[in-house]
Amino acid sequence: MTDLIDIKGVRHAYKTASGPLPVLDGLDVAVPEGGFAAVVGPSGCGKSTLTRLIAGLMMPDAGEVLLQGKPVTGPRATVGMAFQNPVLLEWRTILQNVMLPLEIVPTKMSKAQQEERARSLLALVGLEGFEDKRPSELSGGMRQRASLCRAIVHKPEVLILDEPFGALDAFTREDLWQTMHRVKAEEPFTGVLITHDLRESIFLADQVVVLSGRPARTQYVMDIPGKGPRDLEELYTPEAAERLNILRQQIRIAQGRAAA
Amino acid sequence: MMTLKKIAVPVAALILFGLFWEFLVWVNGWPNYKMASPSDLWPAFWKFRWLFLDYGWDTLWRTVAGLLIAVVVGVLLGMVMGFSRTMRDALYPLLVGFNAIPKATVVPIIALMFVGQHDMNTILIAFLISFFPIAVSVSIGLSTLEPEYRDILAALGASKLTIFWKIALPKTLPEFFGALKVAVTLAFIGTNLMEIVEPHGRGLGHLFDSGKISADYPLMFAVLIALAVMGILLYYIVVALEHVFAGWAERTPQ
Ligand SMILES: Nc1ncnc2c1ncn2[C@@H]1O[C@H](COP(=O)(O)OP(=O)(O)OP(=O)(O)O)[C@@H](O)[C@H]1O
Ligand SMILES: [Mg+2]
Repeated sequence: MTDLIDIKGVRHAYKTASGPLPVLDGLDVAVPEGGFAAVVGPSGCGKSTLTRLIAGLMMPDAGEVLLQGKPVTGPRATVGMAFQNPVLLEWRTILQNVMLPLEIVPTKMSKAQQEERARSLLALVGLEGFEDKRPSELSGGMRQRASLCRAIVHKPEVLILDEPFGALDAFTREDLWQTMHRVKAEEPFTGVLITHDLRESIFLADQVVVLSGRPARTQYVMDIPGKGPRDLEELYTPEAAERLNILRQQIRIAQGRAAA
Repeated sequence: MMTLKKIAVPVAALILFGLFWEFLVWVNGWPNYKMASPSDLWPAFWKFRWLFLDYGWDTLWRTVAGLLIAVVVGVLLGMVMGFSRTMRDALYPLLVGFNAIPKATVVPIIALMFVGQHDMNTILIAFLISFFPIAVSVSIGLSTLEPEYRDILAALGASKLTIFWKIALPKTLPEFFGALKVAVTLAFIGTNLMEIVEPHGRGLGHLFDSGKISADYPLMFAVLIALAVMGILLYYIVVALEHVFAGWAERTPQ
């Protein structure tokens, strides 16, 4: 069976004033349909670069980025993205913000159905009653929830999350983790989550990929067993502690290789 | 209650200012050719009422026309510089250099270049003097657009034009209107400079010049007041437009 996302031996360098800066070298990531991979690695190792390659915003210098077995040749309407910065448009209401992708992506939904879908997604993430508010009237966590709705409103094949919870406080973050599980149960997606938080990676994903320091290659892959929503309690089991320990060691190795 | 206060306070300040002015002239016994007093202005307005209307209209439409051209050219230049690094590097020094020239020196040059073309010369100077802040604000607004704003649409395969219309342009509107408030004032100055300099011209600037030639102080002051009123009017029209199109950027008072 082919994986939905298949990244094989990808190499990428940025052209900078002081010559090429190799960022990715020998990167492999495979995510089956419905899978959710978390990618962790030292700061600046090329994680965001990886998301831009999957989204088709950039092409790799070498290697392959395959979606459903076909090479990515450019941006497609079948991805959804959310970033650390929620980037909501201040001149639109929350509902209009969530509906934005439907103005770009060809859809069979009528206007009324589109609005209906956006409203139900907002309700799913706990933003019922905030549809007509402006982004600045919402808290950081709420904005991130709205940004998540916008990323999935057009039912993307692949959901790319680049540290979406990175700027939130610990409690809000844990709330959003649980929201993520709820969303995944209702609106199944195949996803890649970039994160700096190891607990987040083992709580949300079914596969954790550790990248080495720059230029990043795949250094270690950990499978997290179990399907469906998880409970925060599971983070405090001996198994979880063991996993975190291994990942922490791997990060330390990765940082050692990084030219700091 | 709030709105009443909002109107009453500036009006009261204006009346007090007028009274103070009248008082100063009266106490010092200044003759008309030294300093006109507010009570001298009404006869001047009345005597030249048709000229005020006629020339006021000239000044108004020339300023607005120059400003509109400045908006079109400024936005286009801003777009070119905002989207292309190379064009920014090429055009920016040129624009800065051009803007550094005091426009009072450009006025006689233009007036001599197209002698007698009053409307064109006036509109041209209003445009030349006012497009710079617009071009700069639009280019800065576009070039400082965070990449994520582009990426939320670019990742879906949206065209550059779509991204411009849906994100870059509206996001730049607050800066644009900030620049437009400066530009409208500048365009107004440009119009008047040219009207004053050009012989046999029209417009309030020309009326001011006639007042000067015939040493009619009350007329000159009356023109100044008319210009102030028109300048305020133009400025608040821009403020009203800003409220309509970029009202979302206003912080609600706490
Ligand atoms: N457009 C660019 N041009 C040149 N260099 C770049 C560009 N974008 C990123 N880089 C460099 O490439 C490296 C990897 O960047 P990237 O943003 O992918 O890292 P990251 O792992 O997402 O970092 P962080 O953990 O801070 O989010 C960094 O050293 C960065 O400075
Ligand atoms: Mg990053």
